[in-house]
Amino acid sequence: MTVTLESACELHPQVAIRPEPFGALAYHYGNRRLVFLRHPDIVRVVKTMGEHPTLRDTFVAEGVAESRWPSFIEALSSLTTSEIIRVLS
Amino acid sequence: MSSHSLGQQMKQGLDAPICLTWELTYACNLACVHCLSSSGQRDDRELSTEQAKAILDELAALQVFYINIGGGEPMIRRDFFEIVEHSIANNIGVKFSTNGAFIDMKNAERLTAMDYLDIQISLDGTDAVTNDAVRGEGSFDTAIRAMDNLKAAGFGQFKISVVVTRHNVDQLDEFKALADSYGAQLRITRLRPAGRGADTWDELHPTNAQQRQIYDWLLAHGENVLTGDSFFHLNAFGESLPGLNLCGAGRVVCLIDPIGDVYACPFVIHDTFKAGNVLENGGFTHVWRESDLFTELREPQSAGACASCGAFDACQGGCMAAKFFTGLPLDGPDPECVTGHGEVLLPSVPVSLVPRPSMDHSKPARTLIKSKVST
Amino acid sequence: MDKDIAPQPVPEQASASVESPIVEELLVEEISIDGMCGVY
Repeated sequence: MTVTLESACELHPQVAIRPEPFGALAYHYGNRRLVFLRHPDIVRVVKTMGEHPTLRDTFVAEGVAESRWPSFIEALSSLTTSEIIRVLS
Repeated sequence: MSSHSLGQQMKQGLDAPICLTWELTYACNLACVHCLSSSGQRDDRELSTEQAKAILDELAALQVFYINIGGGEPMIRRDFFEIVEHSIANNIGVKFSTNGAFIDMKNAERLTAMDYLDIQISLDGTDAVTNDAVRGEGSFDTAIRAMDNLKAAGFGQFKISVVVTRHNVDQLDEFKALADSYGAQLRITRLRPAGRGADTWDELHPTNAQQRQIYDWLLAHGENVLTGDSFFHLNAFGESLPGLNLCGAGRVVCLIDPIGDVYACPFVIHDTFKAGNVLENGGFTHVWRESDLFTELREPQSAGACASCGAFDACQGGCMAAKFFTGLPLDGPDPECVTGHGEVLLPSVPVSLVPRPSMDHSKPARTLIKSKVST
Repeated sequence: MDKDIAPQPVPEQASASVESPIVEELLVEEISIDGMCGVY
């Protein structure tokens, strides 16, 4: 599922995030899916997105440069497939 | 390739394993001819229930997400459920590997009621003749009965795990169909010359033509088939198979054996690959993070004789265990190197220099007339 | 906010051209929990 800048998203409650030198490991206990989050910025976004009304607000709050937003949108869209994050609206 | 560069990071090791194998016991009701842990008889030094729980507490603190419990036959332990429940209660998901002998309806129902639990039934043939030749008389029926019980109890998706051999490689389609008939997930894994497998490897390991067959089959039909990333040496044939495609031993995974010894992986139960013991000062955490062996494995490994081979990037020189137990140097080709570079070296390895497994918990031959267990 | 600076050590697919200031990064990668060699 493709998310957009206006999507409201949150980390799935069954996901554990374990910090690593490269970023973090995200593991979904329900579906056993394991995702490497390969940069600290995507880790912060995933952890804080539930606190912001939209992804755009999250990116701005977490200091993600606009030139990187398309990559972040693509990454977050793939995280909905593994159900690591879910779209609220 | 992106996976390759992630692989480079993984090779340096992590502060904690991502998952690991924990053999609960060397006791087993079967005597499979290729058993990687040479199981059969319980070891007197087997960890107690309290020691087992302490390991789990440590793994929970390390945030290990998931463990693979095996043996021997893990359900033989009287505290099997207690250990599994303690793991799950501490947020460590469990997959356990079993021959199914103890999955009667009562246990099937008990397992069904548990969450964050995966079951993997071992099976090495789609008919009793093929399977039992490796796993013993009656073992096929035992496994099928366990699967029927899990289905009747409504367990949901379990896994069927197959060690691919010369004699079952033509059954891959049937294995898939069998798994589909139970709504189960098929897993095929590579045979290593480990444990009793050291003695049967010559007759059982796939030929090179069969390796090509496995590779082609995985590319064509392997979308929902697990492999434990055990066939990455076949990447030298062409397109890489899914997975991290590297040896995870001592880097992202390891083995804890029934007496608390920590090895790089379940296929190298040998002093050369023993990192320490969980009962020593500092427990598992100290062994994982500070042992000489794991520190060494996390350093860049020499390609050695493979350095000039164009396939090395894809195959990574294959499997440490396969090389070690066939007496080949670790910085050289895998004995099943698909270009044949390993095979030509084997005849010149002096038999006296081929390492033997450090321990053998096999039952004496005279007690193995029948290995059938009734439900 | 400066759009031209690559924010981390060169990622594999990073590119920033004059025409399009989009930075391409591989931020997530899924691996099967079964996709690590050395476990059952």
